[in-house]
Amino acid sequence: MKNNERIIESLLFLSAITALVIVSMILIFLLKEGGPFLLRTGISDFILGMKWNPDPVAGEPAYGIFPMIVGSVYIATGSLIFAVPLGVSCAVFLVEVAPIWVQSVIRRGIELLVGIPSVVLGFFGLVLLVPLIREYFGGYGFSILAGSIILGIMALPHIISISADAIAAVPNAHKEASYALGATRWHTIWNVTLPSAKSGIIAAVILGMGNSIGETMAVLMVAGNSTVLPEPIIDVLDPVMTMTANIVIGMNYATGEYQEALFATGIILFLMIVILNGISYHMLRSGKIIQ
Amino acid sequence: MINIAGHHRILSHDTINKIATLILWASAAVTISFLVYIIGFIIIKGIGVINISFLLESPRMSGAEGGIFNAIVGTLCLVAIAIITAVPIGVGAAIFLIEYATDNPVTRMITFGVECLAGIPSIVIGLFGYAFLVVYLGLGFSILSGGLSLMFMILPWTVRASEEAIKTVPMELKEGSLALGATKWQTIVQIVLPEALPGITTGVILGTGKAIGETAVIMYTAGSSLLLPHSISDPVRALPYHLYILVSEGISEDMAYGSAVVLLVMILIINVMAIGIQKMCNRRRK
Amino acid sequence: MLENETIEIESIDINLWYDDIQALKDISIKLPKNKVTAIIGPSGCGKSTFLRCINRMNDLIKTCRVTGELLCGSTDIYGKDIDVITLRKRIGMVFQKPNPFPMSIYDNIAYGPRIHNNLNKNGLNDLVEESLRSAALWDEVKDKLNKSAFSLSGGQQQRLCIARTLAVKPEVILFDEPCSALDPISTTRIEDLIGKLKKDYTIIIVTHNMQQAARASDYTAFFLLGEMIEFGKTKHIFEKPKQKSTEDYITGRFG
Ligand SMILES: Nc1ncnc2c1ncn2[C@@H]1O[C@H](COP(=O)(O)OP(=O)(O)O)[C@@H](O)[C@H]1O
Ligand SMILES: [Mg+2]
Repeated sequence: MKNNERIIESLLFLSAITALVIVSMILIFLLKEGGPFLLRTGISDFILGMKWNPDPVAGEPAYGIFPMIVGSVYIATGSLIFAVPLGVSCAVFLVEVAPIWVQSVIRRGIELLVGIPSVVLGFFGLVLLVPLIREYFGGYGFSILAGSIILGIMALPHIISISADAIAAVPNAHKEASYALGATRWHTIWNVTLPSAKSGIIAAVILGMGNSIGETMAVLMVAGNSTVLPEPIIDVLDPVMTMTANIVIGMNYATGEYQEALFATGIILFLMIVILNGISYHMLRSGKIIQ
Repeated sequence: MINIAGHHRILSHDTINKIATLILWASAAVTISFLVYIIGFIIIKGIGVINISFLLESPRMSGAEGGIFNAIVGTLCLVAIAIITAVPIGVGAAIFLIEYATDNPVTRMITFGVECLAGIPSIVIGLFGYAFLVVYLGLGFSILSGGLSLMFMILPWTVRASEEAIKTVPMELKEGSLALGATKWQTIVQIVLPEALPGITTGVILGTGKAIGETAVIMYTAGSSLLLPHSISDPVRALPYHLYILVSEGISEDMAYGSAVVLLVMILIINVMAIGIQKMCNRRRK
Repeated sequence: MLENETIEIESIDINLWYDDIQALKDISIKLPKNKVTAIIGPSGCGKSTFLRCINRMNDLIKTCRVTGELLCGSTDIYGKDIDVITLRKRIGMVFQKPNPFPMSIYDNIAYGPRIHNNLNKNGLNDLVEESLRSAALWDEVKDKLNKSAFSLSGGQQQRLCIARTLAVKPEVILFDEPCSALDPISTTRIEDLIGKLKKDYTIIIVTHNMQQAARASDYTAFFLLGEMIEFGKTKHIFEKPKQKSTEDYITGRFG
């Protein structure tokens, strides 16, 4: 009996460390495949290099992913500019204002929105949003703007649910104290609830940033995948290539050093996301929004 | 006399409150209308393509003609492998974390591992699946490689959903069982898991939804073969990847709409199932 | 005072901490066999904590640390080679809030026996009936054994929990305020039941209802702030307590 319990506990422990083992192996394999290349090329040359031409017809290949880092950050930021105000007000609405039945409609809606496959969203962007942008704003249509909007829609449900948790975690006593002083609902939300939920909302934003940088298929289908920087740099109607899109497109035919360069891109991506998620996780934890 | 009418301002508190409330309602309406619009648009454009032969015929000419049967089979095989492997590991991990683990550095590392894995972009998991499963272990482009890579992706979700479900089992029930001299494991199997089952199932179903729609993970692990598989070491093309190829290679927009509708309907069914189970167990609790 | 009694459980200098807060201080007490011992005292004085020491339910609380000896016969409950499973089988527990399992009435009673012994179907049926009869519940539930335990009233649920405990045939039963969530009529029935059960079991009951302690118990221990202030025959404790604080508590001057 005692022995059985012990065996079971060890099996459960093994299941529990699986995720950690996988993460470590991901890191090991990325480093194994991309590490030597990274050292050879030089990390700063790789990250700050302006030119990406891994498969030149003639001459030396160039492996600089700076335009893609810019592209990823650009689109992720754009998606947040779009999703954060909308998502946070939706979260406030959900927790503080919505009647019960509306709440459940929105919660169901959020679950469904999370479920829409990113290829389907990308496809939607491709057939509807890109032509719209081309028609009304000019340019190529495939653009930072299109990527930001589609990624913003993808980020919305996550922003809403984490912010809603943060808002719901604000003690009722604080709000009641404000109401008892004769404040209106909005006054209470703006001056009491939102400031108290601030760290949770910021965590949601950082997490959303990580998700958007990591998103692949949808952005691949609408962002235009140009390996040069937008010209001028603030032109949101220009196409860009994200790091994720770079990997997907490259893996189709990359071999040798080119493939190593893609794994190196994966390393950079991995590090960026782990750092962003680590910050957000830490904030949520210290803010007692998750245990 | 007390003046309860308040000060006169251009915008009284009351007006600001009303405007703000309106904006809040509007933001929710906008969010929901995105959802309805996207789903509605795809379904209206694609519903005409859907018929029995579209669902049950093999693709011909790279998918420009025929149906999407093989891609549906591919998706189902991959998702099946992912779920079959993710559920025992995920539920086991959750049981460990909630019922056995004490708060120490090892436990914190484990939780951090789960959180980390949840954040890793799917294309990076795909790269890893390619390097480790396809090349290093020599599993090749196959259902097994693709399914296991998908498992890496949904594992953290399974752990979290199971943790949430197990946490809700009241302490009193566990104490009741332990006080009768049941062992910890007997208590878990006979009391905790049955109580947590609806929650775990809901989590697994939503995880299935994620796996169905995932593309980047399986592109370079499951292959893109349009032939029907005979074993788990055969390559397959999953439906979302098929959709991507139809679009990106400009094969057929109609077929792409049809595939998108099928994907959306699968997701809708998954969500309805999840809601159904939640409703069912809410009723049982009463 | 305990001259004519056999001692079932003896605690010697039990100290207990939750993290670094001491909840029990040097508790030494002898609990007599086949008698009802009541533990009384104001809320938070450590009654439940002490009770949960006896069948080591405190093991579940990760911050909890115990020193001292707790003897059952001549074995130390906190000894190294003690199997808590066997211990809890011998020392059963009924909780403050009725906690039936989300199963049928029958399965609730059969839960313990199914874990501990291999009874055949008839044996199990007999044991279920016997346990329900001992808990004075049989007549009320004999026609609906397959119904969910939640279909019973609160008082019935608590008697079901008692029957569930009886079914594993313990020697000692610990009751932690078993009536505090029940109406007065159910309370009386459970007190009557406890009176009958002491013929076969050693019973320790925590209560903050003084009338209950006076009515149902043979011995009473008074706890205050983690210490045992006084222990004696119930009659003596209630009629002429030796300690001033016991008297204050019993006469309702605090708590
Ligand atoms: N799990 C626990 N963790 C920390 N402190 C506890 C725990 N359980 C009880 N305590 C503390 O121990 C003291 C005694 O509690 P308890 O035994 O429940 O009292 P009683 O049953 O007499 O009301 C109280 O101060 C209580 O706050
Ligand atoms: Mg108590």
